[in-house]
Amino acid sequence: MTEPITEAVLERHGLTREEYQRILDIMGRTPTITELGIFSVMWSEHCSYKSSRVHLKTLPTTGPRVLQGPGENAGAVDIGDGLAAVFKIESHNHPSFIEPYQGAATGVGGIIRDIFTMGARPIALLDSLRFGSLDDPLVRRTMAGVVAGIAGYGNSIGIPTVGGEIAFDESYTGNPLVNVFCLGISRADEIIKGTASGVGNPVYYVGAKTGRDGIHGATMASAEFDEKSAEKRPAVQVGDPFMEKLLLEACLEVMKTGALVGIQDMGAAGLTCSTCEMGARGNAGVEIDVALVPQRETGMTPYEIMLSESQERMLLVVKKGREAEVERIFEKWDLHAVRIGEVTADNRLRVKDRGVVVADIPNRALTDEAPVYRRPTAEPAYLAQARVLDLEELGSPAAARDVFQRVLASPTVASKRWVYRQYDHMVRTNTLVLPGMGAGVVRVKGTTRALAMSTDGNGRFVYLDPYRGAQLAVAEAARNVACAGAQPIGATDCLNFANPQRPEIMWQFAEAVRGMGDACRALGIPITGGNVSLYNETDGKGVLPTPVLGVVGLLENAERVVRRTFRAAGDVVILLGENRGELGGSEYLKVMHGLIRGKAPALDLTREAALQELLVSGAAEGLIRSAHDCAEGGLAVTLAECCFDTSLGVDANVPGVAAAAGWRDVATLFGESASRVVISVSPEHADRVLAMAAAKAVPAARIGTVGGDRIRVSVDGERVLDEPLAASEHIWSTAIEAYFERRRAVA
Amino acid sequence: MKFAVIVFPGSNCDHDAYHAVKHVLGEDAELIWHKDRSLRGADAVILPGGFAHGDYLRTGAIARFSPIMQEVKAFAAAGGPVLGICNGFQILLEAGLLPGAMLRNRGLHFRCEHVHVRVEHTDTPFTAAAAPRQILRIPIAHGEGNYYAEPEVIERLERNRQVIFRYVTASGEETEAANPNGSIHNIAGITNETRNVVGLMPHPERACEPAVGSADGLVVFQSVVKALTLAPAAVSAAASVLEK
Repeated sequence: MTEPITEAVLERHGLTREEYQRILDIMGRTPTITELGIFSVMWSEHCSYKSSRVHLKTLPTTGPRVLQGPGENAGAVDIGDGLAAVFKIESHNHPSFIEPYQGAATGVGGIIRDIFTMGARPIALLDSLRFGSLDDPLVRRTMAGVVAGIAGYGNSIGIPTVGGEIAFDESYTGNPLVNVFCLGISRADEIIKGTASGVGNPVYYVGAKTGRDGIHGATMASAEFDEKSAEKRPAVQVGDPFMEKLLLEACLEVMKTGALVGIQDMGAAGLTCSTCEMGARGNAGVEIDVALVPQRETGMTPYEIMLSESQERMLLVVKKGREAEVERIFEKWDLHAVRIGEVTADNRLRVKDRGVVVADIPNRALTDEAPVYRRPTAEPAYLAQARVLDLEELGSPAAARDVFQRVLASPTVASKRWVYRQYDHMVRTNTLVLPGMGAGVVRVKGTTRALAMSTDGNGRFVYLDPYRGAQLAVAEAARNVACAGAQPIGATDCLNFANPQRPEIMWQFAEAVRGMGDACRALGIPITGGNVSLYNETDGKGVLPTPVLGVVGLLENAERVVRRTFRAAGDVVILLGENRGELGGSEYLKVMHGLIRGKAPALDLTREAALQELLVSGAAEGLIRSAHDCAEGGLAVTLAECCFDTSLGVDANVPGVAAAAGWRDVATLFGESASRVVISVSPEHADRVLAMAAAKAVPAARIGTVGGDRIRVSVDGERVLDEPLAASEHIWSTAIEAYFERRRAVA
Repeated sequence: MKFAVIVFPGSNCDHDAYHAVKHVLGEDAELIWHKDRSLRGADAVILPGGFAHGDYLRTGAIARFSPIMQEVKAFAAAGGPVLGICNGFQILLEAGLLPGAMLRNRGLHFRCEHVHVRVEHTDTPFTAAAAPRQILRIPIAHGEGNYYAEPEVIERLERNRQVIFRYVTASGEETEAANPNGSIHNIAGITNETRNVVGLMPHPERACEPAVGSADGLVVFQSVVKALTLAPAAVSAAASVLEK
């Protein structure tokens, strides 16, 4: 405990000179090394949100359905019938690059704990993943490991992975993004908080033993990578889904007894974070003795015990006098609940080692009063040039047919079956929409309702225009949920950006948060929590700025759920929304020209809201037979995807957009204008749906008919695509698999 | 009639099996903890899917030592109907109630998707209500479902008509492509010599309602009701053994 606090020690802890001075001021003395360690993890970017907090405060977090906003382990919204949906998204990017399998697996484990900690039974997972180019063997290894890790944890614990999305871009090569979303259901009046109160109430530790794994994980997640990052492997934890399954069942059983005051999982910053946050929330203190903490290694110091990020551990505050009841339940599950301390009145975190005080810090200094930075922002220099897109400079475009085939084979567009087939997406028998068929939709047993959820975020659009790009992410996630027939009722965000100490990155971040907030206000969707992941860069190269929005929607009548795919030959195909042929930031430009250029698509949030209302009411009335959002790859890909998995073709004729000479077909078919959805309706309902659209001022046009065994698309009456359905589907459905099968053939 | 659904630590399809028999089929059902020593008068036993004991060591290898397994063995020996689904099938193999073993899937990946299986024989309590050679569309979700047994065991299973479910195409052909995991002879499920214990890798409990994609699996549970209504003697014999 006597290690002197030198510059080198501060640097190792990621603390600046100014921050250390602040610690000295708070403590009024030199901190012990254990105290310094505690400050360092709690003041890390990961735990303190010190760079992002001023911006996050501007987000809309309230609404009539919101039961729990940001600040707890997860957010919660009222879904009727006395029930709440509890959900959150979280990143595990840094660990997943260093050790893909365990990094991703523990990411899943962490977010699941956040949900059941609130008293909710987790019923669905989604993953939003970003990787580099699959041509790179390192990327294939990373992706295979991440997918196997998600599968290994989620499948074992028995929570279905019902959806998500994956996109690819070279910027993610050394910094994959692994964002995991989890949703659970609880009684609305039985939500449990991570709070410590009641002086003298015992504090219990339950779950896996504490080891030296993950020490400084939160600090690692708050720094960039370089060539030495592989040496940080010991800072990645190892997951044990079986232990977590026992914890999940035992904790839910304990919660039913009413003997709990509060509970929190030990995630980032482990025992440190859970003790001081629970104390701060309950306006109380927590005193523990680390000698009582179950340890799986010998000779661990208080410093190591407090900073360990060993997985599958929970901290509970139990009502005094009801200890035996709680202990009995954990014993049933072969878990050992150990009393390690108690709640005190003095608002301090006090850590003892065999009775000797080794750390004694005011809780608030570690939580609410952690440093907050308003970091300088500056519009990046690249923007002026990147926003200029002169199509004529690109020469004349390839034939629509060639573009169609190339874009269908692009991993960002192609079927993700190779991935989701490895995930158990049906366990719990609630999955109404299987992965790949639209937003993830699960029914809520015991009610007539269902919940739809989608995660979205197009890094290219955010790169070109952070404000609008973030708005587009909100709009797309909400639109996907509305396509299923669900009313968006809440959102959670995962903000993945590079180094915030660079003003241009901070500008991207601030603009993105501003856009997200404005879009959520316009669409009436409160953000109930989320996660910020900064320093996503390796060797000075940052990822595309990637805010990922997870939107949850409520479907009043689960039987009226709508899927992506066409249902019957003869149905009328209607395009909702306006095709403006916007190629800026498109998959077309990336795939055919290797470019991320131009303006992000325009977005009118009033029109977007009207479109979503139309989708929800059309579904509720049973008028819409299929609905699919136009996203990467534009209208041509959307029409094709409506056909895939059905053996129904399509014959469509769409009006051409105004474009540079020779560019009409490509802009019409592959442009990525926002707020567009392809729906199919039975012929007798077509006029009704068109009238409903007109009443809401949503542009709507009858563009074709379902049927046949080809994908036929004309522009202004001129046939530009006439592809056999089976061949196109083969390209789309096998593209990703081919990268991995090829690898196996070589290996 | 009453189903017992055994809950091992790590079982995760226990609620699904319970939901299928209790809420969809409408029969009585009870979840029974693996440390219990009574089947509480159940007429049929289901060992559900999941990852009992995390599948650590080997799938099903630890679960077979659970106290309740003594009761399950006695119940089976007395002719009581026992169904093992996925991990439950693996536990039955480890417990010696069914022959053979599971290897990693041929493709090495966990696979979750709908497959087609053909009901090979209807003279078991879990296929009695099916049409002969009926094809069921039900999901699989496993990483180790590649059924293996010594050639003489396979030969005996085939000779005794103990292969109960086989992976086939939608039109009923027994092809390599229809086999999702590499199982010998496309075997998806088998029974014991007395035909009252059945294990299968696919999940019929996940296919009991059209809303979740298929209701083809319900026939497996309806079969128990039919079989026990026709032959109540076997049940009371099994129950009386358990009363001891």
